[in-house]
Amino acid sequence: MINIPTAVDVAALKDTTLLNMGIFGLFVAVTMVIVLRASRNNKTAADYYAAGRSFTGSQNGTAIAGDYLSAASFLGITGAIAINGYDGFMYSIGFLVAWLVALLLVAELLRNTGKFTMADVLSFRLKQRPVRIAAAISTLAVCFFYLLAQMAGAGSLISLLLGISDWGGQALVIIVVGALMIMYVLIGGMKGTTWVQIIKAILLIAGAAVMTLWVLAIYGFNLSTLLGAAVDTANNPAVLNPGLQYGKTETSKLDFMSLGLALVLGTAALPHVLMRFYTVPTAKEARKSVVWSIWLIGLFYLFTLVLGYGAAALVGASTIKAAPGGVNSAAPLLAFYLGGPLLLGFISAVAFATILAVVAGLTITAAASFAHDIYASVIAKGKADADTEVKVARRTVVVIGVLAILGGILANGQNVAFLVALAFAVAASANLPTIIYSLFWRRFTTQGAIWSMYGGLASAILLIVFSPVVSGSATSMVQGANFAIFPLSNPGIVSIPLAFFLGWLGTVLDKQREDTVKQAEMEVRSLTGVGAEKAVEH
Amino acid sequence: MGNDARTPDVAASADFEEVQATEQFKELRKRHRSFVFPMAVAFLLWYFAYVILAAYAVDFMSTKVWGNINIGIIMGLLQFVTTFAITGWYVSYSNRRLDPIAAGIRHGIEGHEFDTTGAGASGSATGGAAK
Repeated sequence: MINIPTAVDVAALKDTTLLNMGIFGLFVAVTMVIVLRASRNNKTAADYYAAGRSFTGSQNGTAIAGDYLSAASFLGITGAIAINGYDGFMYSIGFLVAWLVALLLVAELLRNTGKFTMADVLSFRLKQRPVRIAAAISTLAVCFFYLLAQMAGAGSLISLLLGISDWGGQALVIIVVGALMIMYVLIGGMKGTTWVQIIKAILLIAGAAVMTLWVLAIYGFNLSTLLGAAVDTANNPAVLNPGLQYGKTETSKLDFMSLGLALVLGTAALPHVLMRFYTVPTAKEARKSVVWSIWLIGLFYLFTLVLGYGAAALVGASTIKAAPGGVNSAAPLLAFYLGGPLLLGFISAVAFATILAVVAGLTITAAASFAHDIYASVIAKGKADADTEVKVARRTVVVIGVLAILGGILANGQNVAFLVALAFAVAASANLPTIIYSLFWRRFTTQGAIWSMYGGLASAILLIVFSPVVSGSATSMVQGANFAIFPLSNPGIVSIPLAFFLGWLGTVLDKQREDTVKQAEMEVRSLTGVGAEKAVEH
Repeated sequence: MGNDARTPDVAASADFEEVQATEQFKELRKRHRSFVFPMAVAFLLWYFAYVILAAYAVDFMSTKVWGNINIGIIMGLLQFVTTFAITGWYVSYSNRRLDPIAAGIRHGIEGHEFDTTGAGASGSATGGAAK
């Protein structure tokens, strides 16, 4: 058993490059055909942003799972468990439990009240202009952080799979991924993007299921034996216990709590997840989609536990760390160990598709927010017609695509699951308090929303800038400088309570009262679904 | 929205304050909140108890229960179980206790039971959702 890890010959991976590219090329060709077919009916803004509200709950639930199970989930969590053992499992649990916040408090009420974007809901009964601008800015910020994480994931994956290890070559592949993503979104809009998500989610979950069964079969379907093998290979019984990564000091324990808070409160405030609730015809379908996605996502995270410990046992932490792509390469290396080049080719194509699809979902969200919230409502003051708005959205897609490519080239090499956790912290701080207050607190005012959104956004981003993530440690983005005056690498534990507090303070200090008629309308609409937009008939 | 093929808002003429004041709506709001709020508090407490134990009670979490499986792994898997259970519970609660009453109120509004007679109030009711 101890000799098994040497069976993974990292150098041999390069021989499979052509196969990997072939499988990936096939995926792109098939999805492009589907996107082209789906785009035939893209006529109106509701078609472009919300896929004509024509998806069923289970289709949309699968697409949500596709949006949510990003490269961070697959590559990042498997790698985190393989290297850090139990502490990596924490990501899986936080990412899953977070869905209950979305299911119980946000999804249906949001579907009933809004139209295209998160700002529709937040500005419903408050002053349109300032709230809409703030919501759009925080949407763009969260999408940008999330995009960085995905593009960085693309970089590490490529270095492993395509055997491209020089900076220029990786940059070139990031440009290709970015260009493909722009094409999907421009041609297919939300409908095309949703189909890509559905296909990708099925492939990803099926691939992970096959690998999980395979690993379990090796250990006689006994979880305890698998864990024992992971301990043997790591030569460290502590991989089964909490604290290997975060238990070292009091500061790192606090960091663990901060991460836990950001994970559980971030999901229900992610703009690209919220926007998915608008692609279904009714709130009941929105509920169905969340339930469906909770099952799929929960199942997948159970797989990651087996895959992570499987990689730790069969590939070994030292081999994973030494491979190009580092921590993020645990899942592909495990695939290579299990099924040779063919399974590696399939899994890597799926991982590429994952990045491509998630990036497309983020891009359309950011573009919709800019075109619908900033252009149509603020710049054109509601006078833009739907055609112009969609035109602006399409142009924004290109701009965001180019920004994502540049950011991805810069962030290349950073830890993926970790970068995503930062996006969660920013979302939970900037968006969640205002979403919850405006849905459930009658007295909530515009000033409270503005204070909470800008306060949460600014504090989260500033704390990240002055954290060890950016400077002052061996793995920081900026080397050779130290302005890390904030000790935690995740800002959630400070910025999320602060944003909730600011929302309360801004409201109680506000002398103005909001329109009670609007409040009544929002409450009645959100709970009953009366007048919510139905599916577009073609 | 120009050529946007959206259905006309059937609730445009409703007096939402009147609906909000009905016993039926108050009951719906009470049923919704009396389920989601305690449940949200419960699962968040359970989740944070788990996170705090993982951070500060490492020895307890590392206690082996069966083979190599320790309390930490079991509690982690129980988080999955409770998430699935709460999801199922909420769906059945909504189907039984929330959807019928919400549908009743919706039909009332769509059947113009709560229409305003003055033009002023109906104007303000159309703004928010449309733009």
